[in-house]
Amino acid sequence: MVEWTDFERATIVDIFSKMQYEVVGPAALARCLIVYPWTQRYFGNFGNLYNAAAISGNPMVAKHGTTILHGLDRAVKNMDDIKSTYAELSVLHSEKLHVDPDNFKLLSDCLTIVVAAQLGKEFTGKVQAAFQKFLAVVVSSLGRQYH
Amino acid sequence: MTTLTAKDKDAVRTFWAKVSGKEEDIGTDAVARMLAVYPQTKTYFSHWKDLSPSSPSARKHGITVMKGVADAVSKIDDLKGGLLALSELHAFTLRVDPANFKIISHCLLVVLSIKFPNDFTPEVHVALDKFLAALALALAEKYR
Repeated sequence: MVEWTDFERATIVDIFSKMQYEVVGPAALARCLIVYPWTQRYFGNFGNLYNAAAISGNPMVAKHGTTILHGLDRAVKNMDDIKSTYAELSVLHSEKLHVDPDNFKLLSDCLTIVVAAQLGKEFTGKVQAAFQKFLAVVVSSLGRQYH
Repeated sequence: MTTLTAKDKDAVRTFWAKVSGKEEDIGTDAVARMLAVYPQTKTYFSHWKDLSPSSPSARKHGITVMKGVADAVSKIDDLKGGLLALSELHAFTLRVDPANFKIISHCLLVVLSIKFPNDFTPEVHVALDKFLAALALALAEKYR
């Protein structure tokens, strides 16, 4: 089981309580599709992903980015058992969506960078460590049901 | 991975001009974050008296690393040739596992994202990510 310090718990709850989902979600997914273009392979039906401007302005990307970010809410509410919280989603990503689990890390790096820009100086090294630990647990849980 | 296009190099050089003057702060913040977020990196610094992210050794190291990155920007047209000495240092003396280059690169990008929230666009991000990856490759050139 993952051990969380009081600081880590408080930090995660705080970040998500202030989260601007409709800004951060779309920005993180768009950045992932731009910086790691091979991730576009999973979004063949999203229309125009031809260049950075098209990706950033694509409404399907925006909608999906928001969806993904809200997907983290359950982990925030169940920090003591993220593994079983995401068991079903893990199966979905493996069996139905066929997403290479390496991509989860790419998206979480982009999310870290976008959240950093949002929080500015508040995103200290300690806060970053807590946030990345949280995302690492999420990523690990999402990859768990692959076989 | 991929070679840097002219567009990539321009994006890096243009953005780096904005960084000018802030290198020390950026470098120390990046190394501090690396030590805080990826504690396994501390294994390379067992010779420091103080391994805390805000220690004088960490600060000094951040400045050193950043000088190297700035130097690489000026040699962006030939990273392998231009960074030969640094590559030999990392290969034969420091022997830093190349996985760590990705770590410090990520921390550097986080710092840049915080300091330049408007200038660090996705387009600049991808150019810098490619550049740092190319830099890492050049540093690992002499490893084996």
